[in-house]
Amino acid sequence: MAASALADAAAPKLHAEGLKRDARREHWSLLGLTLPAVLLVLITMILPVGWLFWLSFLADDGSFSFEHYRRMIEQPSYGRTFRATFEISFLTTGICLLIGYPLAYFMSQLPRRAANLCMIAVMLPFWTSLLVRTYAWLVLLQRRGLINTWGMELGLWSEPLTLVHNVGGTLVGMVHIMLPFLVLPLYGTMRGIDRDLLKAAANLGASPTRCFWHVFVPLSLPGLMAGALIVFILCLGFYVTPAVLGGGKVTMVSNRIANDIELFFNWGAASALGVVLLVATLALIFAASRLLRLDTILGGGHQ
Amino acid sequence: MSWLDAPASETQITHRARLWLYVIATLIMAFLLIPTLIVIPMSFSASQYLEFPPRTWSLRWYEAYFSSSSWMQATYTSLKAGVLTALVATPVGTLAAYGLHASRFRWAGLVYMVLITPIVVPVILVGIAVFYAYVQLKLVNSLLGVVLAHTMLAIPIVMMVVSSALKSFDMNQERVARSLGASRPRAFFMVTVPQIKFAVITGAVLSFLTSFDEVIVAMFVSGGANSTLTRNMFNALRDQIDPTIAAISTIMIVITSALLAVSQLFGKPDRR
Repeated sequence: MAASALADAAAPKLHAEGLKRDARREHWSLLGLTLPAVLLVLITMILPVGWLFWLSFLADDGSFSFEHYRRMIEQPSYGRTFRATFEISFLTTGICLLIGYPLAYFMSQLPRRAANLCMIAVMLPFWTSLLVRTYAWLVLLQRRGLINTWGMELGLWSEPLTLVHNVGGTLVGMVHIMLPFLVLPLYGTMRGIDRDLLKAAANLGASPTRCFWHVFVPLSLPGLMAGALIVFILCLGFYVTPAVLGGGKVTMVSNRIANDIELFFNWGAASALGVVLLVATLALIFAASRLLRLDTILGGGHQ
Repeated sequence: MSWLDAPASETQITHRARLWLYVIATLIMAFLLIPTLIVIPMSFSASQYLEFPPRTWSLRWYEAYFSSSSWMQATYTSLKAGVLTALVATPVGTLAAYGLHASRFRWAGLVYMVLITPIVVPVILVGIAVFYAYVQLKLVNSLLGVVLAHTMLAIPIVMMVVSSALKSFDMNQERVARSLGASRPRAFFMVTVPQIKFAVITGAVLSFLTSFDEVIVAMFVSGGANSTLTRNMFNALRDQIDPTIAAISTIMIVITSALLAVSQLFGKPDRR
């Protein structure tokens, strides 16, 4: 009798141990499903980026130094590149805010069916190849392009204007490409605003303008901030549009990195610039993740 | 004009007071749409200079494209790379999404962070990093290299699409299947997959497009007989404005729209 009682007490304990072991094994095997993906990302991306990080601290003779970073501070041409990158990113974000807000507001006020129709205007360019859109702007803005031809036919100006291969052309192209990234999260936030709040404000005697500025705008700020941050982050790393529409006159950080590799084979300098770009991007993403969950921003376009 | 004076929103503002908003919004939508769409008619122009509307119509730029062996080879490479990327990234990304969703392991968050780095790191840095790795692995200018790099870029996208579908899938159904004797893989393929298949299809379409439209990584790691279409287009754009590119752009717009239409068609029943 004493023996069987002992067995009874031991059995549940053994059982619990076994279950715990099973659960642990299952967790590991489930996590194992992510292994192919993790390996691929590690080999093609994280390890090489780590290696570049290490290269950025090596001088040309292979010794450890901050030479590449020091050059960035000392050489004025680097300062110009960083300034150009930030200026273009700020301007693009600013213009996107100015024209994206009215568009998102307009769509948020429409009935859902009509809004979905307008959404095509946002989604179609969003999904069209970036190269195709950059090419389209090149065609529109060039010396013999549509805008110059029409402008001169209408007598608005007599000489072809230089609209492309400069900062202006780059800005137009970048705003066109970035606008959907601002409008999508902003529109989502605006749709989520409780209309009763506006009704209440109106009921309490606020004019439509006052309702908009004191109730609607503050409630739309999270979407606005998230969209603006996304646009700014993407602008910082932009390469194709400044390379094509800037015509060599606009050098952003990405263009300079590509030049360092393609023309000068200077891995150290390119890596150091890449590290600076990555750190700036991660800092901004960290700020963005405080404002909105990352997957809702990044996944916004794939719904 | 009764419509103009009717209230347009809860704040009792009239449509008349909002007319300026309608005008501005229409202009912005035109700004978004027209540059992309105008390439299509222009590609049918007979002139050396791209005109709109074209004075004379012709298919000469399509002829130039289809008769050029280098454009054809590049197109073939891009299509192969896109299909292979979709074939690899879709199962790999789906498995990763499922693993992370089902496992409540405390490292799952870290694994998730690792897997979304390809869309967080600036593309130019991804480009030179992959280039650097491929120089060591002797994968530069190979199709395998392009496919691996594009798969890496597509994995986070597949993962996000499938994860969001799994969030609305009731995992208890799988538990029921397993309690009735199905093995875990069997339960996954017989119960879970049919219910998330629309997200998986969307993921496959998006991974194809990710590869097909990708410029920067391809610029560094593709070349020679394995140059992608976008790489050749980008190089051509830097030199001069070749109207052949208008024809290629039109074809790319058609391919993209057709694929998205297909994924919308198949993607519908997934939405709740």
